Amino acid sequence: MREVGIIGAGLTRFKEHWDSSLRDLFVEAALKAIDDAETPEIDSMYVGCMSSGLFVGQEHIGPLLADYLGLKNVPTVRVESACASGALALRLGFMEIASGMSDIVLVSGVEKMTDCDDPTSALAAAADIENEAFFGATFPALYALIARAHMDRYGTTREQLAAVSVKNHKNGAKNPDAQFQREVSLETVLNSFMVADPLTLLQCSPITDGAAAIILVPLDMVKKMKDRVVKITGSGVASDTIALHSRKDITSLEAVRLAGERAYKMAGRKPEDIDVCEVHDCFSIAELIVVEELGFVEKGNSGRFIEEGNTEIGGRIPVNTSGGLKAKGHPVGASGIAQVIEIYKQLIGNAEERQVKNARIGMAQNMGGTGASSVVHIMEVAE
Amino acid sequence: MSTQKIWRERIGRYRLIGQKCKGCGKVLFPKRLICPECGGRDFDEEQMPDVGKIVTYTTVYVGPKFLELDTPYIIAVIEFNNGVRVTTQVVDVDPKEVSTGKEVKLVYRKLQAEGKTGVIAYGYKAQLV
Repeated sequence: MREVGIIGAGLTRFKEHWDSSLRDLFVEAALKAIDDAETPEIDSMYVGCMSSGLFVGQEHIGPLLADYLGLKNVPTVRVESACASGALALRLGFMEIASGMSDIVLVSGVEKMTDCDDPTSALAAAADIENEAFFGATFPALYALIARAHMDRYGTTREQLAAVSVKNHKNGAKNPDAQFQREVSLETVLNSFMVADPLTLLQCSPITDGAAAIILVPLDMVKKMKDRVVKITGSGVASDTIALHSRKDITSLEAVRLAGERAYKMAGRKPEDIDVCEVHDCFSIAELIVVEELGFVEKGNSGRFIEEGNTEIGGRIPVNTSGGLKAKGHPVGASGIAQVIEIYKQLIGNAEERQVKNARIGMAQNMGGTGASSVVHIMEVAE
Repeated sequence: MSTQKIWRERIGRYRLIGQKCKGCGKVLFPKRLICPECGGRDFDEEQMPDVGKIVTYTTVYVGPKFLELDTPYIIAVIEFNNGVRVTTQVVDVDPKEVSTGKEVKLVYRKLQAEGKTGVIAYGYKAQLV
């Protein structure tokens, strides 16, 4: 396998883009990545997108987006694994370069959510439509079921759940690309509108438009062109039952644990080696369980771990320095790529006010549905 | 939603019929072609009980379009004594009375309707015993 490096990255601001279409958003992010990479040539392209069909009524977006980016006749693949579509697109581009099939691959993610009048139903398609959504289970409801079970078993409190949002908004306030660039207090989070008990509005990631893109090349090429070189050293993917109720343990996310183990194994790393991590905080409870599954804290103790400040910038393991899905925004197909871009920025020392000191090894964890799919990548500064 | 889909799902949704794997004895609901436990492909039909208990639950205040008028409503994971779990609504109850571990009985209810005059899909919801 060839070693794979990142040579360019770009993203749109995450927000409600009333004046931009799906294709506008994608092209903006892709052009920024291409300009950053200083290479106009692209051998092939992957785009992660959960549901252009339900959100804007357009399928077949691989060729559509290549066409609008001016990439004539390039091979293009649209990747779908619900909210993990972006990281899975990155994984496929990583494999294509590692295998020697291509030298310059654009991996991207995009979602245009605000053109849709019932995004809650569109998002529910990431669950088991026949056996969960058809009975009225929305995504906040499914994660609320997980949260209640975690509270019942481990004594996790509402305040500990809310602390995730407080921390992520604090980080998002320092991110010029974030949808919500303001801090919120614990009381504001707890007293915001109840969506699905115990999850309040400020514990749910928002509806967002946005796109993100990365150019992957063989590591040797990055070394020739960039001063600060970042390589992808671990890539892990795993799946689980589509329906939450089919899992043996509702308080666990087995696909996250397995994807993490596979990425750690490929990279030859362990949880203590990670300096900075982006995780899939679609709901507050998700971040709590993910930090357990990735091995940063033992099972059931994540509430206290986060409450004590261990995951803040400057803490033991800074989590979601970008603001996470909660504050940065969650254009579902783009989130997995945007997470990797945040880690890339941290590793090249370009994360501005959010910079984690001496960050050399980073991790990004993306997740689809209630954890039916998960993708984990480890990135490192190369000598 | 389509008429034939609602018809196709009647065995599970209307009659609570699932299956038992002849290989390992795992009970599955709704029916599948392969046992996820042992890979077996031979099954006997198995009637699900109509009583179970609440594993976890939530009160939903923001619902999808088809349930806009029904909020707040309760969604729960229910477990039968044969190990099978389902997700459905708990109805006819004050949310304050619902808690983990409480016993429920499945009842036959309307789930969704297609448009104003379209086909109605029925299925199971739960009531506290």
